[in-house]
Amino acid sequence: MRLLRLVSGRLVSMIATLLVISLITYAVFVLLPSDPAQLSCGRPCTPERLADARAFMGYDQPWVQQYLAFLGGIVTGRTFGSGAAAVHCAAPCFGYSFQLNESVTHLILERIPVTFSIAVGAAVLWLIIGVGTGVISAVRRGTAIDRAAMTFSTIGVSAPSYLVGLLGILLFGFTLNMVPVNGYVPLTEDPVGWLWHLVLPWCVLALISAAVYARLTRGQMLDVLGEDYIRTARAKGLRERRVVGRHALRNVLIPVVTVFGIDLGSLLGGAVIAERVFSMPGLGALLLDAVGNVDLPLIIGVTLFSAFLIILANFLVDLVYGVLDPRAAP
Amino acid sequence: MTVSPTEPHLTKATRSPLLAVAGLAVEFEVDGDTHPAVRNASFELHGGQVLALVGESGSGKSVTAMAALGLLPATARVSGSITLDGAELIGAEPSLLREVRGGRIGTIFQEPMAALNPVFTIGDQVAEAIRAHRPVSRSAATARLLELLATVGLDDPARVARSYPHELSGGQLQRAMIAMAISCDPVLLIADEPTTALDVTVQAGILDLLRDLRTRLDMAVLLITHDMGVVADVADDVVVLRDGQVVEQAPAAQLFAAPRHEYTRALLHAVPTLPELRLAEPEPATPPAHEPRPLDTSAGTTPVVLLRNVVVDYPGRRRGRPVRAVDGVSLHIGQGELVALVGESGSGKSTLGRAIAGLVPVTAGTVTVAGVDVGHASRRELRTFRSQLGIVFQDPASSLNPRRTAGASIAEPLSLHTDLRPDAQRHRVNELLDAVELPSRLRGRHPYEMSGGQRQRVAIARAIALNPALLIADEPTSALDVSVQARILELLRSLQSQFGFSCLFISHDLAVVEQLADRVAVLHRGRVVEEGPADDVLRAPRHPYTSRLLAAAPVADPAQQALRRAAWRQLTTASS
Repeated sequence: MRLLRLVSGRLVSMIATLLVISLITYAVFVLLPSDPAQLSCGRPCTPERLADARAFMGYDQPWVQQYLAFLGGIVTGRTFGSGAAAVHCAAPCFGYSFQLNESVTHLILERIPVTFSIAVGAAVLWLIIGVGTGVISAVRRGTAIDRAAMTFSTIGVSAPSYLVGLLGILLFGFTLNMVPVNGYVPLTEDPVGWLWHLVLPWCVLALISAAVYARLTRGQMLDVLGEDYIRTARAKGLRERRVVGRHALRNVLIPVVTVFGIDLGSLLGGAVIAERVFSMPGLGALLLDAVGNVDLPLIIGVTLFSAFLIILANFLVDLVYGVLDPRAAP
Repeated sequence: MTVSPTEPHLTKATRSPLLAVAGLAVEFEVDGDTHPAVRNASFELHGGQVLALVGESGSGKSVTAMAALGLLPATARVSGSITLDGAELIGAEPSLLREVRGGRIGTIFQEPMAALNPVFTIGDQVAEAIRAHRPVSRSAATARLLELLATVGLDDPARVARSYPHELSGGQLQRAMIAMAISCDPVLLIADEPTTALDVTVQAGILDLLRDLRTRLDMAVLLITHDMGVVADVADDVVVLRDGQVVEQAPAAQLFAAPRHEYTRALLHAVPTLPELRLAEPEPATPPAHEPRPLDTSAGTTPVVLLRNVVVDYPGRRRGRPVRAVDGVSLHIGQGELVALVGESGSGKSTLGRAIAGLVPVTAGTVTVAGVDVGHASRRELRTFRSQLGIVFQDPASSLNPRRTAGASIAEPLSLHTDLRPDAQRHRVNELLDAVELPSRLRGRHPYEMSGGQRQRVAIARAIALNPALLIADEPTSALDVSVQARILELLRSLQSQFGFSCLFISHDLAVVEQLADRVAVLHRGRVVEEGPADDVLRAPRHPYTSRLLAAAPVADPAQQALRRAAWRQLTTASS
């Protein structure tokens, strides 16, 4: 019951946030001095052809109406143009890329498996490595293990990801010839190949984020270990492993989960650098291409989708929060 | 152990002590320096007895107890001996220590809200303590924990077990802590300031419970406290610690009647006393309702503070109802008068103080301070009004900016509200430091370089920097040691006679109020239940709540305290 109220309340505010973001994105891109119709007009671009192209894409309308048509398309789908040349964009239609002759929804769905494979795998890895390292560092505070872990994490935090990626490719790909250096194989076609292609991007991304998480976890753990309830847990006669692993960790995870949700959300919206370095056709690569080609409908669609993922991740964090921290429940 | 709990004194001399501390020394190593915390402390505690370890902050009393449990931080160096039933605990194997902790020795701490893990239910935490020492099933542990929660006097144990710490009151939580501590039938209970964070009426209940459990379970208690009243209430024997050394050790009756060491005498002397308790004749069926008395206009002066039917609501969470913190209070404070606002936590006393300072909006009624209608004043009027007002808060460690020197903190109101030149400001700061009896060389110190008492003096100097018409002091001494408290109270009194400001003194401590106040208003659930001259209210209370409050406050005299305890029991059984 409590959960239901939380979910429904958050759902409404999620939709409201998305609407605001879509409006702003739409306004920014449409008001930019670049004309998609001009780009697809062809040469020679006569004023009639330009006007036709505008009418076809719906750019002859005032932008508020364009925006409303865009929103309507999400619910009912849209048809651009008429007669034989008409293209249909089925609901939910987040726009149509006239350059790629494909609906934005379709383009995004095509790329999702790639980006999600990279992001989820890396996130699981960095969470385990980062939190694990942070906990051990905190418990062994001041020892050689702690110092080594923190030195390593300083390097990890400051290393640029493209550099680590390229070095990884050089070492494990070319020199040692252990893993393929680029490309993506769908999980459904070849699970082993999928895994093999992803190992390096996972490790590179995880290494860098794990460094951040190790520092965060260590700091939180040191704070929590100074709390009165930890003293109580020890005074009960619990083993140190249980004191740290149950009483302290649960409290440490509360702030860690918050950061994790946001990180994962933004990574799902496109692991831009990793996808570039490892030549993987994910959402980030799609967005970069769209920007390069000034493919406005695609840019808007991908931006909105990324925003949706971040908001969704935040929502999930709130749900997990409610489970982890009874005080946070409404 | 076959000794009858009713006659422990008979056998005391003949049997070996339960807990023997001999030549205990604890040092902390900080950045290469060693700081001694306990020096050569020795004492003994016999089965079924209550031994109080008394001292001010930094005396080493908690460190001693934590040494027995092997729970000191890694920076501590411990030498000497602590034996439990002959078994050495200093340097003992981790497995033995784990068996002792929570098994043979149960422990309760000062702040139950902080001592319980916020993310687990009470039931979880108590069951965990049982299962750490007993090989019992989950359901058997649950049955046992419900029984324990009932034993410590919690109503509806099942509900309490399902609750998270933030859903219960301080008193309930401390009872749950006690249930956890006694879950494995310990021979010794260490109670480290068990009632310090609690209201007096709650404290009285917890002390009653400890006394009762100790006889029922034949359990010794090592009570660590700074409160001589609490010592007088429950202790059989007392060990007085100062700077890590035992200065005196005696049976409680003897210690209070004839303290031998100078420090003990000073400590007892510093404890504010309450007048002998005289309870009203059989209570009338309906307590005399508090009526706002007509203003005393004989002096011909208008009151500095005038409250008429003040109501303060806090908005409820989500769509919940607003919480009424102050419910129709009328009160006045005359020129140069010190009025004490007394109540327990949640009574609305701090909220009322804030409303007078214009820091929380008033829902209904009027607050007039120095002629300004605080609820309806403009920004400019409020600014002028604030220069007429000084506030001293409970904890100077957090009310002083840690990055500012004492001098800068005191000078701040001067630069905000006056156009004194820098040298005139310096002069005024020195004057103020002198007024609060601090040497002027302290002006360059930061808060962390000063003691608690010095910090509070700086806070007072800041509050009176502008010669305010009204000083609001919100529990100004409750974070301080008694000896420091006594000096701060003295200071407040002398400053008031010197500068002539009116003062609203907010406190939970009746004995402190007794020393200081001209008039007392007792606040209960947002209402003033009794108001009048301090002597009348504290000597012959008319309202049953005031009587309960007075009876619950422990005094540093075992014989008197026994009478008060009896009176308190009578009052609580009569009212329930």
